[in-house]
Amino acid sequence: MNDMTSHPVTTQDAAEPILRLEGLTVHRGAAKILDRVSLSLGRGETLALVGESGAGKSTIATALMRLLDGARVEGRAELDGAGDLLALPERRMVRLRGSRLSMIFQDAGSALNPSYTVGRQLTTTLRRTLGLSRAEARAKAVELFTSVGINDPDGRMSAFPHQLSGGMQQRVMVAIALAGNPDLLLADEPTSALDVTIQAQIVRLILAQTRARGASCIFVLHDLALASQSCDRIVVLYAGQVVESGPSREVLERSRHPYTRQLKSCVLEIGSKDLTAPEGTVPPHSEMPVGCRFATRCPRALPRCAGEAPPLVPARDDATGPLDHQFACWNPE
Amino acid sequence: MTMAQIQSAPTETRHAPAPAVFELIEVEQVFAVPKPGRGLLSRDTVGLRALDGVRLTVRQGASIALVGESGSGKSTLLRVLLGLDAPSGGRALYRGKPIREARAHGTAFARDVAMVYQDARGSLDPRMTVGQLIAEPLRHFGIVPKSGEAARVAELIDRVGLPRDAANRYPSGLSGGQVRRVAIARALASEPSVLVADEAVSGLDVSTQAQLLTLLQGLQRDMGLTLVFITHDLGVASYLCEEIAIMYLGRIVETGPTDAVLEAPAHPYSAALRAAAPQFFEPIPEPLPGEIPSPLDLPKGCRFSSRCPAARDDCRLRDPQLGALDAGRAVACLHPLTSKGAQTPEIR
Ligand SMILES: Nc1ncnc2c1ncn2[C@@H]1O[C@H](COP(=O)(O)OP(=O)(O)OP(=O)(O)O)[C@@H](O)[C@H]1O
Ligand SMILES: Nc1ncnc2c1ncn2[C@@H]1O[C@H](COP(=O)(O)OP(=O)(O)O)[C@@H](O)[C@H]1O
Ligand code: SF4
Ligand code: SF4
Ligand SMILES: [Mg+2]
Ligand SMILES: [Mg+2]
Repeated sequence: MNDMTSHPVTTQDAAEPILRLEGLTVHRGAAKILDRVSLSLGRGETLALVGESGAGKSTIATALMRLLDGARVEGRAELDGAGDLLALPERRMVRLRGSRLSMIFQDAGSALNPSYTVGRQLTTTLRRTLGLSRAEARAKAVELFTSVGINDPDGRMSAFPHQLSGGMQQRVMVAIALAGNPDLLLADEPTSALDVTIQAQIVRLILAQTRARGASCIFVLHDLALASQSCDRIVVLYAGQVVESGPSREVLERSRHPYTRQLKSCVLEIGSKDLTAPEGTVPPHSEMPVGCRFATRCPRALPRCAGEAPPLVPARDDATGPLDHQFACWNPE
Repeated sequence: MTMAQIQSAPTETRHAPAPAVFELIEVEQVFAVPKPGRGLLSRDTVGLRALDGVRLTVRQGASIALVGESGSGKSTLLRVLLGLDAPSGGRALYRGKPIREARAHGTAFARDVAMVYQDARGSLDPRMTVGQLIAEPLRHFGIVPKSGEAARVAELIDRVGLPRDAANRYPSGLSGGQVRRVAIARALASEPSVLVADEAVSGLDVSTQAQLLTLLQGLQRDMGLTLVFITHDLGVASYLCEEIAIMYLGRIVETGPTDAVLEAPAHPYSAALRAAAPQFFEPIPEPLPGEIPSPLDLPKGCRFSSRCPAARDDCRLRDPQLGALDAGRAVACLHPLTSKGAQTPEIR
């Protein structure tokens, strides 16, 4: 972890992760949308889930919230002090949502209820999660709106969602998600509908607020550069499987999995004039190779790859745990 | 005939600049909107200046990126370029003629200027196969005789990198990236010399985006297409477009060669956009304070003065117009960041 000195996570935190997800498998009909996804999250850590559309990023977050419909879910998700999120009775989950873990959705416009004022939506959450009185909730709401950078918080309380810009709506979502002081925040592409300047504001806001509360955060992101700027660790998913994970710098600067390398090569930095587009697309679930799922597109594929699934292995001999750099490939870079 | 023959590159003399395809001179676009606080059906309206003094020249063979926050007027500007809306002020010219006039006379304009919409799926009739969708503009403009249609459709499908069997499929069976390829194939069918695209690669995966960008760059290079490309991704702008025009609240605040502008932005807003673009392992910089103001309530003087880190007293009194800087660059700022060769911009 020598590269990570600027980040708050130390190897000691690895001893007691706040979340330990093991073997999360999600079936929809015949398709295995997620296949034995395991990951750990240290206390106070921010983790980025990256990968192409359909890789299963939102499915992981939604499964943790237990909001997945019409899917068969296997595996364990141990949230420190709460037990296995995937096995708890629904009445316990209801109490955990908002108070231990909460989620920010990609499209704040449709996640907010159009028929209630944003103030009412925030105070409802405050009263439910913290058991506040009406007056207490209102005072707390104004305080929260101020802390997420909403000007004129008193006046904005009575605004309906459509009266706010996309950036303001996302600030409201952040306030609602933080209302119950959760220690795990799931942010599903919270900024991809926003312009770059607003995106920077919102990402900084989420990081500042989670750090101030000592909370941990899982960010679903499309942009690898943004992930490197905002997250301690990165988990790369391909077609429902973890292919590489570890500290951001190791994953991005010493990538071992050919897919991670491919994702990186698609990032356009300002001033870069060469771009080699990868071939092909993710195969449909009905045609997924039984071995390495990347085999149909991989420039380094070996004869064994399509038939035998590579396990996740540590990238370094001195690896100590699940937070260290790991990859799943028979012929790594 | 192959696509390369159809689209012979523009003939360019060595010294004279290429002829202008589009020229926008002091273009204004004012929409009547209900007064704030009144109902949607209220007859009390105020004028919303979606475009306010826009100056832009698009030369034959140029590739130009239009960049700016949402609401800055990019889509409104495109509608003027395409002749879908008449500007409420100023002049909008296509090869020297008012765009609306050019559009009204015959099919030459519609053939020459093709559009790729942001919502590619929504722009395609779901009951038509990909082959029918691509054949439609071929027929509409009488591009090939009926006997040659199938071959031309196959050629276009190939050109945009769709699988051969795509002709018989419906849009619902295609991925987001494939649907955008169909939209590009349709746009190319009329053999245009200008391609106008609104966020044509946004919302796609990086790898799909990379595939489309290399396709578009190849088309631009091989066919000499003139490209007007709206994006909010500066990396995309810098890869695909030689020129950039940065908009803020209805005005182009900076234009010039993309590399030069992004290397050393002259307008404080361009500098803020540049700083906010994600960069590997750089700390996320302090963002601009506040939100983009409402176009109904523009700040006095310079429209960026309410958020500008470089604002001085005179910025709240004078409204800077786009004025020449150097080397093909222009900026609308009283105190541009690159001082070298700055001329005093005109003041309204
Ligand atoms: N309600 C649903 N019914 C059927 N399949 C679904 C449903 N939701 C997701 N899927 C499938 O599950 C897989 C994972 O989807 P998921 O939304 O988790 O991907 P993602 O990584 O979040 O993608 P994106 O980047 O597009 O948001 C995809 O193959 C998707 O088509
Ligand atoms: N038909 C219209 N009627 C009223 N206002 C409009 C109309 N079209 C655009 N606007 C307003 O004009 C401004 C510029 O919009 P637009 O061109 O869509 O911006 P962009 O494409 O840069 O996001 C915005 O304030 C928008 O609300
Ligand atoms: S296991 Fe084989 S196919 Fe899969 S990524 Fe590694 S080399 Fe490529
Ligand atoms: S004119 Fe003044 S306020 Fe406007 S951009 Fe320039 S320095 Fe900033
Ligand atoms: Mg998703
Ligand atoms: Mg637009």
